[in-house]
Amino acid sequence: MNQEKNDKPVSLLVVDDELSVRDSLTKWFKEDGFKVDSAADATEALKKLKPGVFDIIFLDIKLPGMDGMELQRRIKDVDPNATIIMITAYASVDTAVKSLKEGAYDYVTKPVDPDYLSHLVANVIKQRRLVTENVQLKERIQDLYEIDQIIGESPAMQKVFDMIKAVAPTDTTVMIRGESGTGKELIARAIHSNSPRRFFPIITVNCGGLTEGLTESEFFGHEKGAFTGALYRRKGKLELADGGTVFLDEVGNIDPKTQTDLLRVIETKQFTRVGGDETIHVDFRLICATNRDLELAVKQGTFREDFYYRLNVFSISIPPLRERRSDIPLLCNYFLKKLASSMNKPVTSFSAEAMEHLKAYDWPGNIRELRNAVERAVVVANAPVITAEQLPIPRTPKATAHDQSLDAVEQAHIQNILEQVGWNITRASEVLGIDRTTLYNKIEKYGLRK
Amino acid sequence: MNIYLLPLRFPDNHLLPDLASSISHAFNLTVLLLEKPLSLKEGYDPVRNQYNSTWILAQILKLFPEENCKILGITGLDLYVPVLTFVFGEAQLDGKAAVVSSFRLRDELYGLPKNAEKLKDRLEKEAIHELGHTFGLIHCHDPNCVMFTSTYAEEIDFKFIELCPVCSEFLKKSFHL
Repeated sequence: MNQEKNDKPVSLLVVDDELSVRDSLTKWFKEDGFKVDSAADATEALKKLKPGVFDIIFLDIKLPGMDGMELQRRIKDVDPNATIIMITAYASVDTAVKSLKEGAYDYVTKPVDPDYLSHLVANVIKQRRLVTENVQLKERIQDLYEIDQIIGESPAMQKVFDMIKAVAPTDTTVMIRGESGTGKELIARAIHSNSPRRFFPIITVNCGGLTEGLTESEFFGHEKGAFTGALYRRKGKLELADGGTVFLDEVGNIDPKTQTDLLRVIETKQFTRVGGDETIHVDFRLICATNRDLELAVKQGTFREDFYYRLNVFSISIPPLRERRSDIPLLCNYFLKKLASSMNKPVTSFSAEAMEHLKAYDWPGNIRELRNAVERAVVVANAPVITAEQLPIPRTPKATAHDQSLDAVEQAHIQNILEQVGWNITRASEVLGIDRTTLYNKIEKYGLRK
Repeated sequence: MNIYLLPLRFPDNHLLPDLASSISHAFNLTVLLLEKPLSLKEGYDPVRNQYNSTWILAQILKLFPEENCKILGITGLDLYVPVLTFVFGEAQLDGKAAVVSSFRLRDELYGLPKNAEKLKDRLEKEAIHELGHTFGLIHCHDPNCVMFTSTYAEEIDFKFIELCPVCSEFLKKSFHL
């Protein structure tokens, strides 16, 4: 039987005042396994019409009383998702074009070639399946970034959820503050996915990783030949995000010139590509994130004050993991379940000692570090329960007893890890669960040396 | 149950024995020849120069030789239903009568040399296909199955003369054939 993706039989309505046409089309489609009904005029058709009842409606343009064109409009009011195919006795281009403009899928002229009719209906079914699949996929993608997907039951995280819910439906610029690894991008995606812009893209620009000299092109795109190596015209991130959201990650790392350029675009919503003179108009929402003290950067003159105020409209601060320790067991069990399933390993829980250890640790790399730690523990686990020895985190911080401040512990921890991996920055950033830029920043901040 | 073959201005009577044998094999039923005169004049549309297959079916239904049987009209005339340019045949879905035409199954209609073997093969497939509808079979998605829909002559050549396992099972369950 001809069925749509959701296993519901494809349902057709034939509206034609000629009995022979109704009968022959009904018969033809029943042999194809469709569920077919018919109506002799608009009144009968409208009586049978309810949203979602018919997938495809064959509609004669010339009907007694209300004609096919008017009926088409009425059908669209009742069921905008129904696919309408107009039937006409004469190849009247004017009427056909008019019906297509009104939203009909296609039109056929009586008598119609059976092969053409078969293909037309097959194409409609294929297109309807794609539309359904597309909607389902969009819903699934949305689910991926639902607020519910962000783990946390602590009061601090509940406050974050409330702020996301409040700001998401608006177009307000959002600044997400939080240490490295706290899940700033996940929060940005949750805001985007719960905003009216969710069916348009969210484009992430990692401002910490922009190559010097190519920053402008990255944001605004370039025309062919704009500079050496610009072999083709390329759209920039802002243009790609048209209709959606631009997420500026590590916004504190943007150089002053780009700050000026971006400020202008944020205010005017227009720019030109590098090497071009065409004004490009864009419509995007801005979300940015940083782990830097932007207020200090403003005072030091490395971050433009006007740019700062343009970005810092609605601020969400994500607490570091050590400030919401009650979420640690929840997060550990969430990652354990997810990772054990993806690795197909029968690892189900942490021993009591391991959990105590996980809760006591300060997690300077936050959730990213915790996830990496759980992943490594799952890899080495040889029994359903992960033991404390299998956790790749120091049992006790090596900071000196007389200095237990957070900075001192973090400094000591980074120093330890760097020495363990022979100052291999890539390896150390993996172990710490932070990116290389952040690690370099911390090395500089604490003045660490080999 | 018997299946009756009713020739209606069919010019290739020599094909009937093999056709009867193929149909008998497909449905595991006895196939008999029914020779009754039937005027088709009223089914003719001079504008289209074709015969209305729905009208012909209605005439066939008046001829029933026995209660529990199927009749397949075989004709050499060009058939149509009002909304389509032509049909190879027409059947009552889950009914008693069907009609099939050899007119558009001939290669010579498409400017090709006459091919008797192809005509025989296509006619047998379409006859079984239309009779299949009278047993309640709808178009099959298996391109090898004889119940796969064919909207042009060459498409008939791609499918087999047999019913696929799913359609065969349907006949076994519904009619114990």
